[in-house]
Amino acid sequence: MDKNAKLPENETGAVLFNVEPIILKYHYEIDYLHSYAQDSPFFAGLAHGKLLGSRCTGCGHVYATPRGHCMECGAATAWAELPTEGRVHTYTTCYYGGEAFLEETPFTLILVEFERVDTLFLSRLVGVEPDEVTIGMPVRAKFRRNSTFRPTDVYFVPL
Amino acid sequence: MRPVYMIGGGITKFAKAHPEKDFRLMVKEAFDYALADLPRLGRAEIDGSVCSYFSDHFTRQLKAGAMVQDYLGLCPKPSRRIEGGGATGGLCFQAAWEAVASGRMEVCLAMGFETMSRVNTWKGNEFIALASDTNFDYPVGGFYTGYYAMMVRRHMHEFGTTVEQLAKVAVKNHRNALHNPYAQSPAALTVADVRSAPLVATPLTIRDCCQMSDGAAVAILAAEGAAERLCDRPVRIAGIGCGTDAMRMADRPHGPVLLLPHETVADYAGLRYPGVHSFRGGRSAAKLAYEMAGIADPGKELDFVELHDAYTSSEIQTYEDLGLCRYGEGGGYVDAGAPFLANLDYGLDFSAPGRWRRLPVNPSGGLLACGHPVGATGLMQAVFAFWQLQGTIGKHLGDATLQLAEPRRGLIHSHAGTGTYITVSILESV
Ligand SMILES: [Zn+2]
Repeated sequence: MDKNAKLPENETGAVLFNVEPIILKYHYEIDYLHSYAQDSPFFAGLAHGKLLGSRCTGCGHVYATPRGHCMECGAATAWAELPTEGRVHTYTTCYYGGEAFLEETPFTLILVEFERVDTLFLSRLVGVEPDEVTIGMPVRAKFRRNSTFRPTDVYFVPL
Repeated sequence: MRPVYMIGGGITKFAKAHPEKDFRLMVKEAFDYALADLPRLGRAEIDGSVCSYFSDHFTRQLKAGAMVQDYLGLCPKPSRRIEGGGATGGLCFQAAWEAVASGRMEVCLAMGFETMSRVNTWKGNEFIALASDTNFDYPVGGFYTGYYAMMVRRHMHEFGTTVEQLAKVAVKNHRNALHNPYAQSPAALTVADVRSAPLVATPLTIRDCCQMSDGAAVAILAAEGAAERLCDRPVRIAGIGCGTDAMRMADRPHGPVLLLPHETVADYAGLRYPGVHSFRGGRSAAKLAYEMAGIADPGKELDFVELHDAYTSSEIQTYEDLGLCRYGEGGGYVDAGAPFLANLDYGLDFSAPGRWRRLPVNPSGGLLACGHPVGATGLMQAVFAFWQLQGTIGKHLGDATLQLAEPRRGLIHSHAGTGTYITVSILESV
């Protein structure tokens, strides 16, 4: 036994914001191993300049945003290349955002509708001023040259 | 299933930040308030609880519900956590209903909280946005207000809804809240004030959006015998319903409108439904709740509504989902003054009076003015509806302005995501 035992001292301390009550800064950070799993071919497609949606092998429903199985009938879907031209179904320009997106503001979001496709696709619209966007406006997909394997590897510009 | 009653409720003052209290103490305050209002109910007679909070990120504490359970002195009784995004509180209320209706419990406590001030607003927005698809939606938009802004833009395109009509919802709810001391941001606003506020995501300004909050609320539910014994004026839960929709709003398919009893197919000829302008899950929740409560025409048979107005736009969309007016008429419903309280001066001129019966919506001030501590919100609505139906608004708010004259039936509505989980519950005076 050692009656003079001591915890080691250090100078880490705390970032204190307030007392009564005590409020201190607590940092929290984590790396995830996020798998796109069955959605992976979509992201690989973007790297090849292709926009892949899903076509149901059962009922033929066509999804602009891909999904492995059909919401209507439950059958597996097959990958299907979407047109690179579509129209603005709806839009907004965000002047604020989540913390990770603040540096990108203002950015314009659109839902794109494609001919003969049953659902929509969320994307960014670039090359227009906020007051130039209209519903029904024709737009064209463009792809980042250097893939980041994120859905923002595809974006749209006015046609 | 057997009849279920609400017998007590309590809420804390909702505020931007309550750093002096953690979530346990906030729930304790709301719980003690409810118990003080029910002198014949001892803790021993509470059979268990359901705890409601949305995001573990906000508390940096997993299993926070277990900590509330022990802080309230309810161990070793049964408890569990309910989570369902913005609808967490509404789902918690219905889970407590299920516990009592099934006979599992005689008295069940629904308790909820959120402490959103522990991170900055932008981080909070990010946490909330993580409740969108993290493969396809979050990395592109990362911001719920943006999603709602796109939905209302399409609503405006389809139906001619205007930004002034949206603004009138903000005027209404903030003005109502001037008489609610629990509210976070009561204000006397004009349409011009709302429109000249900073744009968040076009066309929504910061006044079109609810604020993040710290706060807690509880509702105590009981079976008939316990309700009669413990409470002088219990309120019956006459109907509950829940609906869902695809997580990604881009995926919403088109199909026939789920018709309510007072509607016909011809009412919606040519309407592409639900599109991104309507919440099919809200319609589904309402339909189930109306069927259970025996409501044939909600616009005529309800006396007030406390609905999930996270945005002015979603309030207008929700009038239509609930069948208070037809799809497409939500803007006109506001212009006509239907959802406004009759006894307050909003500084607005209403058109077409009498087109719809007056049916106050969010007399409490709603989320826009009360704030939105997510896990507490749906229970906050239950508490305001309970006090309305008891006729005790004056006693609890210290101001009877918001008390309706002999309301018989009220609706509460809780909403998650872009309409992924939605609950509707009908409360009735007895
Ligand atoms: Zn199918």
